Amino acid sequence: MSATEKPTAGQGWVGQAIRRKEDPPLVKGQGTYVDNMRLPGTLHAAIVRSPEAHAAITGIDVSAATEHPSVTAVFTGEDLAEDFAGPIPMVWDPPGVEIKTPEHWPLARGEVKHVGQAVAVVLGNDRYAVADAAEQVIVDYEPKPAVVNPEKALEDGSPLVWDQFGTNKTHEWGIAGGDAEQAIADADVVVERRIVNHRTAGAPIEPRSSIADPRGDGVTLYSSTQIPHIARFILSGMLGMSEDKIRVVAPDVGGGFGAKLQVYGEEALMVALARKLGRPVKWTETRSEHMATSHHGRDQIAYVTIAATRDGKVTAARGRFVNDLGAYFQILTPFIAELGFPVAGGCYAIPNIKLDFVGVFTNKFATDAVRGAGRPEQTHLIEVMMDQLAAELDIDPVEIRRRNFVPTESFPYETPLGIVYDSGNYHGTLDKLLEHVDMDAFRREQAEQRERGVHRGIGLSTYVEVCGLAPSRAVGPQGVGLQAAFWESAMVRVHPSGSATVYTGASPHGQGHDTGFAQIAADRLGIDPQQVDVLHGDTDQGPFGWGTYGSRSLSVGGEAVGRAAVKVQEKAKRVCAALLEAAPEDIELADGKFQVRGSPDKSMTMAEIAGAAHIPPQELPTDIEPGLEETSFYDPENFVFPFGAHACVLDVDVETGKVEIVRWVAVDDCGPAINPMLIEGQVHGGVAHGIGQALYEQIVYDDEGQLTTGTFVDYALPTAAELPEFETDRQETPSPVNQLGVKGVGEAGTIAASPAVVNALVDALRPLGVTYMDMPLTPMRVWQAIQAAQGANGGPPATEQGREVDSEHGRGASGSGPASPTEGGGA
Amino acid sequence: MESTARLRVTVNGEARESDVEPRLLLVHYLRDHLGLTGTHVGCDTSNCGACTVHVDGEAVKSCTLLAVQADGAAVKTIEGMASDGKMHPLQDAFWEHHGLQCGYCTPGMIMAAADLLERNPNPSDEEVRHGLEGNLCRCTGYQNIVKAVQAAAGAREAVSA
Repeated sequence: MSATEKPTAGQGWVGQAIRRKEDPPLVKGQGTYVDNMRLPGTLHAAIVRSPEAHAAITGIDVSAATEHPSVTAVFTGEDLAEDFAGPIPMVWDPPGVEIKTPEHWPLARGEVKHVGQAVAVVLGNDRYAVADAAEQVIVDYEPKPAVVNPEKALEDGSPLVWDQFGTNKTHEWGIAGGDAEQAIADADVVVERRIVNHRTAGAPIEPRSSIADPRGDGVTLYSSTQIPHIARFILSGMLGMSEDKIRVVAPDVGGGFGAKLQVYGEEALMVALARKLGRPVKWTETRSEHMATSHHGRDQIAYVTIAATRDGKVTAARGRFVNDLGAYFQILTPFIAELGFPVAGGCYAIPNIKLDFVGVFTNKFATDAVRGAGRPEQTHLIEVMMDQLAAELDIDPVEIRRRNFVPTESFPYETPLGIVYDSGNYHGTLDKLLEHVDMDAFRREQAEQRERGVHRGIGLSTYVEVCGLAPSRAVGPQGVGLQAAFWESAMVRVHPSGSATVYTGASPHGQGHDTGFAQIAADRLGIDPQQVDVLHGDTDQGPFGWGTYGSRSLSVGGEAVGRAAVKVQEKAKRVCAALLEAAPEDIELADGKFQVRGSPDKSMTMAEIAGAAHIPPQELPTDIEPGLEETSFYDPENFVFPFGAHACVLDVDVETGKVEIVRWVAVDDCGPAINPMLIEGQVHGGVAHGIGQALYEQIVYDDEGQLTTGTFVDYALPTAAELPEFETDRQETPSPVNQLGVKGVGEAGTIAASPAVVNALVDALRPLGVTYMDMPLTPMRVWQAIQAAQGANGGPPATEQGREVDSEHGRGASGSGPASPTEGGGA
Repeated sequence: MESTARLRVTVNGEARESDVEPRLLLVHYLRDHLGLTGTHVGCDTSNCGACTVHVDGEAVKSCTLLAVQADGAAVKTIEGMASDGKMHPLQDAFWEHHGLQCGYCTPGMIMAAADLLERNPNPSDEEVRHGLEGNLCRCTGYQNIVKAVQAAAGAREAVSA
């Protein structure tokens, strides 16, 4: 059997909800998060940050800070100009498209473009003292007009973020299949909406932290990152260091949600300072720093048009997107919105699709990947639009979905944009959802509740998402244009006594790889998962890997583990066959033993085989190399496409606008389960994240570019008290893309959740005239929407159906508004 | 800044005596002076609860207390929860019920939950959710945390029965 055929499974560890190997140290307070690390002689860094959104720096006086008794050194951007070989890179270079890319250095040089931009760094022995001294750095700013509203930024005469570009438009990128314009012109019915997907934060509870430790002529960087290998690759370029001189370690990482899928200026800065000063240098961000200068997500204004026949068959979807990218780029900033394109059109067979994206500079921090990254935006708008269309045509939201689902027998299904959905059964997950949710009973209950003044609504989201990043040639330099690849590595090493160590290039931060990957390896090695130690997050321990994000770890990284373990299994069979005097093809792994097919009494355990592989007996032929270790580099042939059906039931207090979610049912299909407990946990957390965006969370900058949501006081994460108990169920449709048949589940809940909430709210408030609302559905905004729909308080009359132009980007009561951007909407 | 204050405090049963800056936060005293890094910092505004410890038996957010305010008090941190080499029932329940993912909020969550169960040994789900309102978790959606706290409450019941 070759490594590409179906592997032999051993004891059936895969599929078991075994508890996590990761947990004992974590529940005992023995986690190795970066800020917990103590290296002798460490200098603490405090960063002086800009209070201005846009200004020229006319002078920096560091004298008072330098004289502070606890301070070792103070550096400005100019001071360190020679210490960096290159700026923070942005890695998307789409063929044929120019992206205006400003130089982005770890410390500002001559000007600042957003609140919080790093201007100087103060180093000393004591973390309190360096914070004091940082306040004594006097920076003179000459303020310039701040650009805040991305649509106004595209208007002629707008102040510019970057004078040298002559425009605030970063780039345009589009993709189309079929003829959406013609289909829209020919349609029975056209529904158009302006949908704002507002700016959010990743907000892991562990703030970012980095320690750079100089070692000889090299540096070890301990950093709270999702991408240690990519970080080393990028840092070697930024610092002009040979890659072998940099070791990056991601120890325990306290959540990422995309915010740590990044190489930040502070990481490069710590390495530069450690080299310069010859001492370990440590920086841990405050929560305020996180809100201001860890990248944000979303921030998109979409002008969406759906065309359909009178009986509800969607014939075209067109989107024009204005994406607020902030002032500088991080590694993927301009690409994130576009990353949603593979699932434009959702789980529906829509023959004509056209998408046009425009990026815009504003005086804010960069947006980049936050849980879902482009797919929540696409999913939100198509799922919201299906409900809007259903209302327009007076068709039930369940029925309109059924009429448009990609038929189960059509997989693999190629979308008009040339994307091939690997496998699916969208009716199946919806059927299962409706087993849990009796819609007829709900409608009766809803009517009764309305009699009693309770405004209850139900919203559906039948999502499909794309993950398993990624087939390298499809997304690489000659494909979509990322200057990267997305295969994954795994090394499986069986020790002489039969236990094993797995090294994965994925880099978990809460997902449970130590457990799930051990289950995969254990089955293929014929040992117990407790005998499999899974290592990750250290560039010195194993081969290059691309890290953890985009729900890729299992379907790419886990698959690599499976393939490497199968190679080991193959070698183990050859050793076993030689010692049992059988043919290798007659050896099978069953009940944890390698045995001769048909003669179960002739068998060896992995421990016996491993012993023989390391200390070869005379009977072992010399053409079998000693050792029992294999590596796999797996590059997937396609993406994978998890899907499912979620329902949200919520109540709206129309007096206060407060929304309370009273029920959540989630049916997800991410292929066969490796560990169903981990899947459930990901769904819970993912949905909570989506609910957070839908109801509470929003990054807000005021008209001067000041961040007004700089702490957890203003940026409201949901607490236990706000969230319902999630009812979860699953369907398992294997993916043909990989041997495990798996998809991904880390982002599915987040991608699914937000439209279900909005659809439920509209369902609750439609009798009051509210026909659409943008997120976040905060009490004030909901109350305003109700008032506007009722024509009260000087709001628009009810005939406007509660729609109101969202004049303040992402703020205020909002509605569908006009269906074309003021300028530059991708035309 | 030159002035220091004498701090006498019992931490996890052990008497400690230190000279500290009067402005030193309790969480930094525990982490930086005593090396008890299981107590985490997740925000600066007392919202996230990652820094929750017990002071004289009550849950407090140690980022909001000066170390000198704990003078003379008994402080318990996550490191003091296990006894006789056995995990505290809450630690075991969080493990058993997948009440953690990244684990960063977990020590604070366990300390807050222990305080909750001390005050209300048989909480309803609703009471657990409200009791843990001051502790943020970004990973779990809280459901398995609620389940773990309920399981630990049940385990206490079983022991005391």
